[in-house]
Amino acid sequence: MLSGFVVALVTMAYFGLLFAVARWGDARADAGRSIITANVYSLSLAVYCTSWTFFGSVGRATSGGLSFLTIYLGPTLMLMCVGVVIKMIRIAKAQRITSIADFIAARYGKSQQLAGLVTVIAVIGIVPYIALQLKAVAAGLDMVFGQSEHSVRLLGMDSTLLVAGVLALFTILFGTRHLDATERHEGMVAAIAVESVVKLLAFLAVGVFVTYGIYDGFGDLFSRVAGHPEFARLLDPDSARSGNWMALLVLSGFAILFLPRQFQIIVVENVDESHLKRAVWLFPLYLLLINLFVLPLALAGLIHFPAGTTDPDSFVLSLPLAHGADALVLFAFIGGLSAATGMVIVETIALSTMICNDLAMPLLLRSTWLKRRKAADLSGVLIAIRRTAIVGILLLGYVYFRAAGEAYALVGIGLISFAAVAQFAPAMFGGMYWKQGTRAGALAGLLAGFSVWAYTLLLPSFARSGWMDGSFVEVGLFGIGWLKAQALFGLAGLDEISHCLWWSLLANLGAYVAVSLATTPDAVELAQAERFVDVFRQTERLPGAHLWRGKASLDEVVELLKRFLGPARAQQQLIHYARLRGLDDWRRLPPDAAFVHFAESELAAAIGSASARLIVANATREEDLGLDEVLDILDEASQVRAYSRELETKQRALEAATGELRAANERLRELDRMKDDFISTVTHELRTPLTSIRAFSELLYDDPRLALAERQRFLGIIVGETERLTRLINQILDLAKMESGRAEWTTSEVDVGAVVRDAMETLGQLFRDKGVRLDAEIAESLPPVQADRDRLMQVVVNLLSNAVKFVAADSGVVRVAVGEADGALRVTVADNGPGLTPAECSQVFEKFRQGGNTMTDKPQGTGLGLPISRQIVEYFGGKLWVESAPTAGATFIFTVPLPAPEA
Amino acid sequence: MRRGSRSRQRLGALALCGLPLLGFPILGLAQGEWLGWPAGFVYLFAVWAGLIGLAAWIAEGRGR
Repeated sequence: MLSGFVVALVTMAYFGLLFAVARWGDARADAGRSIITANVYSLSLAVYCTSWTFFGSVGRATSGGLSFLTIYLGPTLMLMCVGVVIKMIRIAKAQRITSIADFIAARYGKSQQLAGLVTVIAVIGIVPYIALQLKAVAAGLDMVFGQSEHSVRLLGMDSTLLVAGVLALFTILFGTRHLDATERHEGMVAAIAVESVVKLLAFLAVGVFVTYGIYDGFGDLFSRVAGHPEFARLLDPDSARSGNWMALLVLSGFAILFLPRQFQIIVVENVDESHLKRAVWLFPLYLLLINLFVLPLALAGLIHFPAGTTDPDSFVLSLPLAHGADALVLFAFIGGLSAATGMVIVETIALSTMICNDLAMPLLLRSTWLKRRKAADLSGVLIAIRRTAIVGILLLGYVYFRAAGEAYALVGIGLISFAAVAQFAPAMFGGMYWKQGTRAGALAGLLAGFSVWAYTLLLPSFARSGWMDGSFVEVGLFGIGWLKAQALFGLAGLDEISHCLWWSLLANLGAYVAVSLATTPDAVELAQAERFVDVFRQTERLPGAHLWRGKASLDEVVELLKRFLGPARAQQQLIHYARLRGLDDWRRLPPDAAFVHFAESELAAAIGSASARLIVANATREEDLGLDEVLDILDEASQVRAYSRELETKQRALEAATGELRAANERLRELDRMKDDFISTVTHELRTPLTSIRAFSELLYDDPRLALAERQRFLGIIVGETERLTRLINQILDLAKMESGRAEWTTSEVDVGAVVRDAMETLGQLFRDKGVRLDAEIAESLPPVQADRDRLMQVVVNLLSNAVKFVAADSGVVRVAVGEADGALRVTVADNGPGLTPAECSQVFEKFRQGGNTMTDKPQGTGLGLPISRQIVEYFGGKLWVESAPTAGATFIFTVPLPAPEA
Repeated sequence: MRRGSRSRQRLGALALCGLPLLGFPILGLAQGEWLGWPAGFVYLFAVWAGLIGLAAWIAEGRGR
């Protein structure tokens, strides 16, 4: 048996640890280094697992078998609809929303009634759930101390009240430490994440101890059940209860988003949307792990304890206790305490925000007290209201627990709360995806759903607790049979939760849709509907300031900010805002629509959108925009959006086209420059022979008495130059044709060896005249290539005539070789002439570039032979190059690829 | 359009497939014993774990 001292010490130490984590988290957040990572965010979502999970799942498994899993499968599926969650987060950030009541109210025209109604539903729905946590902790304490009936007392208070007190204190310390109520509670989120880890480890420890320590694993437990036919039904999914199963999936799917604490953690406390990427699988994994041992524990408890002697909700503690594992009992107790504390802290913070902003503020704003204290700073009052609300909620929970708690098993109470918050679903989903949904529709839907919930679930639970006459459950209201609270219109065969869910959702959705379609929204509703549904399409620049028109004074608005945010924070936000607008001094801010919008959203973060709208409207002289005008503006805005999208697309197309044009233009300029170069070179080259022809012709013309021999010589020069001119023009035409792709090619099988021999034959006389030796080394039986015979001939002749031109007379040697290498035929023409420098090796292939010194020597060729040869060789897929060094002769080489071997 | 909306759509599709898999009437097929373990228990945890694995693969692997 554990001593009270040890339990108290460990509990206090644990709370101390949580508090340290929270302080550290807050300090880091203040320093701008958030500790909220994707993992911390995902773990904090596990605030979903309360003591109801920790103790109640096992209890539920002992009666409902596998159906306890639905409570965790629904959230798994819902969270995978990431688009929905991200939309909620995006809207909440854009609108500075702080609670689910604020979300619904803001969507439907910042309506105070709606905010109030949602708050009332949430409080009434959640109080039993909080009572459940108190009950679980109190029961745990009794179990640890071996007492019964909550008889652990301290200073005359029973243990449950004590627990409620400690939790209230803790929540106040955690949640309302800051004077400004607008910021996120990063420290609290970090503490919740730690609690999540602790409760998971505690539950796994008990699970492993019981499954593997007391029994011999899962298989052993399952085989023992075979000996208890009364338990065997727990292991099979029961098709007869499929309606309940599906209802619970839907219910828990709604709960993960709409329970005030889940909305707080998932939406309000979200630091970064991308954290959802982790949460979408890590949180379901957490749920899977914490449920892994539930069924084994339930079976072990049922086998171990004789029927009816031990409450199944306490198996998690009583099983290790019965086996004397005291340390484990303490750990399990801390785990259960963690589960309860986490839930109570976040839930009461969320509810207290709602109560303060949506119930207390509207009353306060109407009260004369506020009007009398016109200049006072109200931020302290806000915090006080929140703290009072926290204490109040826990007190309510305690009262509920005292009055009714014993009548229900844990799981029943939890599901009543789930069904209550499920009523938010139509207004929430409709609000996010359906612009036509109106305030009247939302009010009607919520009221209808809430009434059905109260009649079919809440009041029957009161009746069962003996608070009221139960005849409306037994025989129907006024004795009318089809008004039986839990068999409405004769719908029987479902459990009370599913029965309530289907009827209340039908009433809720029906009223919401029908009334929405029958009513017209006012201007504010219309604007808000646009901002919610189209939140992804809105740009930074379009925050809705254009939907306000009127007169405001800077002083009055600043005064408001100071009153509700506190002077320090108001100043800070004003400076920040002024800087955004490029002003050094916030006192010079113009009191225009954008400024009023800024002020309203700052106030909305502190006191909720509905109240913020009311006080801003009172402090400024707002001109009422008519419905038509708002419609026009919205219409215009969406048109502007459409136009700007269109414009963007066109602009992109235009940019692409411009790019292409620029490239084409560049290419044209290049070609133009090349053409100019070509023409100037060509004219220069043509002028050289023309000049000499003209000079010699003039000589002949001017001097009729010229000697015959002279005359003959001059005529010879003229003929030679004319021939050169003709050749030049022919080659220019040839080259131009090739470059423009208009040259005619006849491709056939060509024996390169034969071509080389023919060329040597043709030029033989030239070599003999100059006394140059011509050697040939042509390999036997070369394979034919695909080429144009005449063109190849042209190349070889060109190379040979170049060679003979540059070697010395009488001692010159030109060596021709034809062979096969690397899948190509290779022709080399080597001479022992003066050779080329490396620079010349590439220059000789440029047009009109001649070998030798053109400045001093008379040009011997046209300068087009090699460029043309290269064009020809490259046309057939080969290469032409020269290998040479000064004084070492030059070797011109070209290749012609062999046809690829046929596969 | 929106960044990452493809993985959002994949996750949404996963949820849509998960709903019938984790509910009746398909769940009713898991009756009796599979390899000595209760079929319903094995089926539910296996499908659940599979969904979580796929979600992790889509959200962490493909989203980047």
